[in-house]
Amino acid sequence: MSYTGHFRVWRGDAEGGELKDFEVEVNEGEVVLDVIHRLQATQAHDLAVRWNCKAGKCGSCSAEVNGRPRLMCMTRMSVFAEDETVTVTPMRAFPVLRDLVTDVSFNYAKAREIPSFVPPPGLAPGEYRMAQQDVGRSQEFRKCIECFLCQDTCHVVRDHEENKPDFAGPRFLMRIAELDMHPLDAAAETGLDRARTAQDVHGLGYCNITKCCTEVCPEQIHITDNALIPMKERTADRKYDPLVWLGDRIFRRDK
Amino acid sequence: MTAVERHNYDVVVVGAGGAGLRAAIEARGQGLRTAVICKSLFGKAHTVMAEGGIAASMGNSNPHDNWQTHFRDTLRGGKFLNQWRMAELHAQEAPERVWELETWGALFDRTKDGRIAQRNFGGHEYARLAHVGDRTGLELIRTLQQRIVALQQEDFADAGDFEARLRVFQECTVTRVLKDGERVAGVFGYERESGRFFVIEAPAVVLATGGIGKSFKVTSNSWEYTGDGHALALLAGAPLINMEFVQFHPTGMVWPPSVKGILVTEGVRGDGGVLRNSDGKRFMFDYVPEVFKDKYATSEEEADGWYADPDTHRRPPELLPRDEVARAINSEVKAGRGSPHGGVFLDIASRLPAQEIQRRLPSMHHQFRELADVDITAEPMEVGPTCHYVMGGVDVDPDTAAAGGVPGLFAAGEVAGGMHGSNRLGGNSLSDLLVFGRRAGLHAARYAQALTASQRPAVADAQVDAAAAEALRPFSAEPAEGTDGAAPAAVGAAGGAAGGAAGGAAGGAAGGAGGAVAPPENPYTLHQELQQTMNDLVGIIRKEQEMEEALTRLADLRTRSRRAGVEGHRQFNPGWHLAIDLRNMLLVSECVARAALERTESRGGHTRDDHPQMDRRWRGVNLVCELASPPDQLAAQDPAAGQITLRRRDMPPIRADLLDLFEKDELRKYLTDEELGQ
Repeated sequence: MSYTGHFRVWRGDAEGGELKDFEVEVNEGEVVLDVIHRLQATQAHDLAVRWNCKAGKCGSCSAEVNGRPRLMCMTRMSVFAEDETVTVTPMRAFPVLRDLVTDVSFNYAKAREIPSFVPPPGLAPGEYRMAQQDVGRSQEFRKCIECFLCQDTCHVVRDHEENKPDFAGPRFLMRIAELDMHPLDAAAETGLDRARTAQDVHGLGYCNITKCCTEVCPEQIHITDNALIPMKERTADRKYDPLVWLGDRIFRRDK
Repeated sequence: MTAVERHNYDVVVVGAGGAGLRAAIEARGQGLRTAVICKSLFGKAHTVMAEGGIAASMGNSNPHDNWQTHFRDTLRGGKFLNQWRMAELHAQEAPERVWELETWGALFDRTKDGRIAQRNFGGHEYARLAHVGDRTGLELIRTLQQRIVALQQEDFADAGDFEARLRVFQECTVTRVLKDGERVAGVFGYERESGRFFVIEAPAVVLATGGIGKSFKVTSNSWEYTGDGHALALLAGAPLINMEFVQFHPTGMVWPPSVKGILVTEGVRGDGGVLRNSDGKRFMFDYVPEVFKDKYATSEEEADGWYADPDTHRRPPELLPRDEVARAINSEVKAGRGSPHGGVFLDIASRLPAQEIQRRLPSMHHQFRELADVDITAEPMEVGPTCHYVMGGVDVDPDTAAAGGVPGLFAAGEVAGGMHGSNRLGGNSLSDLLVFGRRAGLHAARYAQALTASQRPAVADAQVDAAAAEALRPFSAEPAEGTDGAAPAAVGAAGGAAGGAAGGAAGGAAGGAGGAVAPPENPYTLHQELQQTMNDLVGIIRKEQEMEEALTRLADLRTRSRRAGVEGHRQFNPGWHLAIDLRNMLLVSECVARAALERTESRGGHTRDDHPQMDRRWRGVNLVCELASPPDQLAAQDPAAGQITLRRRDMPPIRADLLDLFEKDELRKYLTDEELGQ
């Protein structure tokens, strides 16, 4: 049931680092995070790693396992051959702090740039009425556990630091879609066109729908198909629809 | 003097789960400058693990529901040991708190007419839990997180600074509440990332740190649950109550070993799931206790009829309060009728169509498929009890959430005691967070507002130095007795300010046998031994002798923990963090063990093998834990003396109009004749 597994774990900090080799016990039913914890307890007490729930619900233990962005707590050891070397490295799109821990503040900065939910005027708490099929669309996006693996894998920023200022990333473009599809969000009444700002302000145009984000999502959210493409279609419709263009001109005149 | 970064706020909230974030929103809403400190990243707090729902008597699913019924269920669940005023406020205010979340963007599952849907749960008379599938906690934390961001956006619009009035200090750990005389003066802590120390001066501190589950081996709790707030309160001079009551959730995963303890939501049973033993028998019918006999079905037919027609059927016994179900599972396993991996079977596959299971319980479906190779739409789950929640906590004023004896200290959520009595009902935790998180934030703000500039407390340098020395000790772990002056046992590459001076100066006696140099202790090993001790000796079923043994082992662990040494430096060093957290876990574990030894009856989350009956004379008694001896003093190493003193305190009598909500016959099961006579 148990065997000695071969792990290569990146150790270092902002100054630099390297892959270190470890021979470590692996038991039946374990996940990569269990083995990392065993390394901490027995061979490398100061090995830095983020984790919380260990059940795929909090999105803390994101890293790259054999080059693929994954949650360590949801990566079963049984997917690897016993003689296979398992290489664990920090997420590549974010600056390393130490070992497997990266500086993910980019994501928190982007979160602040997305205008928040606008409650519908005239509805008191308790008076909200929404149909399940309508909330279901946004609920899919609210399953997001903010592991930031989609942000990590997205080629727009993965190796292109220069794009970061102009690009919110899949997670936060999806947040815009979520609010845009919220049945009672009153942003439009305040003059905010969420889909258009996704395009104009938050870099939706950078996305060329390669679906890498969807592939790595541990919650299996259809980020590209259900959030990004519908928003692209809407903004494209609006941009190129001559009636909308005309309407925009006419109604803007008195503002 | 230790060089540390200093900040100044009006209110500091320690913890960024549901209670902490709700408190911060309220304090900021009162116009005060508010800081939130969390051990993890913002939005990762343990609240995300909550699955089933938020209990609130909105009456959407059953119009008969009201706060009185919710109050009644809560007291029954807690076996009447609840702080009744808290239970009253909780039941009254929960619906407002849930509706408020919708105005911040929360999207709960809906009824057919578009209102918030409510689901059945153990101990709740009506379908009462607002939910989002089985990821309600995530929705709660995300909504509060996004509300905080919305407030920060307002501040940015006003002042050009997102953090002008509300700042989140992520990945920071508080190790001490600082005081000016009797009053709170701020907090001391370290940044996980850099290891640097910081002080936040503030007249009001809200503890919202959650629970203590990491002191037990099998637990649904994450690494953060090391009883920090409980310990901070004790060390600041505030008492804890009800620490003997620890909830073992009946359904945790039991296999594979690496996921043992991870929660399986009660929603599985609320939505029709049943428990079976290895003979295939629905055994819960055999475990309905006397006090609940007339409220639960006696046949499978009656129980199954309840889901569609709750008005003319009694509830299935799978939906008894958690303590009852956990004990029943424990008994079945002990009697040799368990599942292959030492649990029992939880079957939803034969009760609902596969598609419906995936819709209602998506996380459970995912969790079992990914972690255990089990398809819950086709086969039963194996489940067993797991340490889930501590009912005990900081003794607070029910209306203001103010901690006893320490002006400026407040507590809300799991770290506060009283609300749930001896056992918490499922769903009452999330509502507790919102109701008392808001109250704590409000009253902390009012307390801070009432102080003039000259009345504000000040942080003395000596306290900061002492706190820094304590936090650095693991880098220069104390040698065992008889090795005076020997080099520090661990590698002392502490780095940064005030490294060297601290550790060695911490006097006191370690307990090693004279002569030999004891090697430094591995904090991970100490933690594992602590978890094993609590699991085996102060677990779900307790005995006098075992708890005495536990106190002896805890004393030994306290002694050894003084030699817990760590390698490396202060930057994101988990070994160091654990060595610091051990102080807290040892303190709260002693509280649990001492209180459990003292209470010679069985009630809720406290089951004594040697005192199996509930005793009405114990109903009105709180056991109060207070710090007797600081961790670095001699008495703390002695199992008999220890760090904690215990005293009994009578609870205030339940208000007459609240008692009138119950039938006299039911009250007779709980209250003494004397209490009934009054």
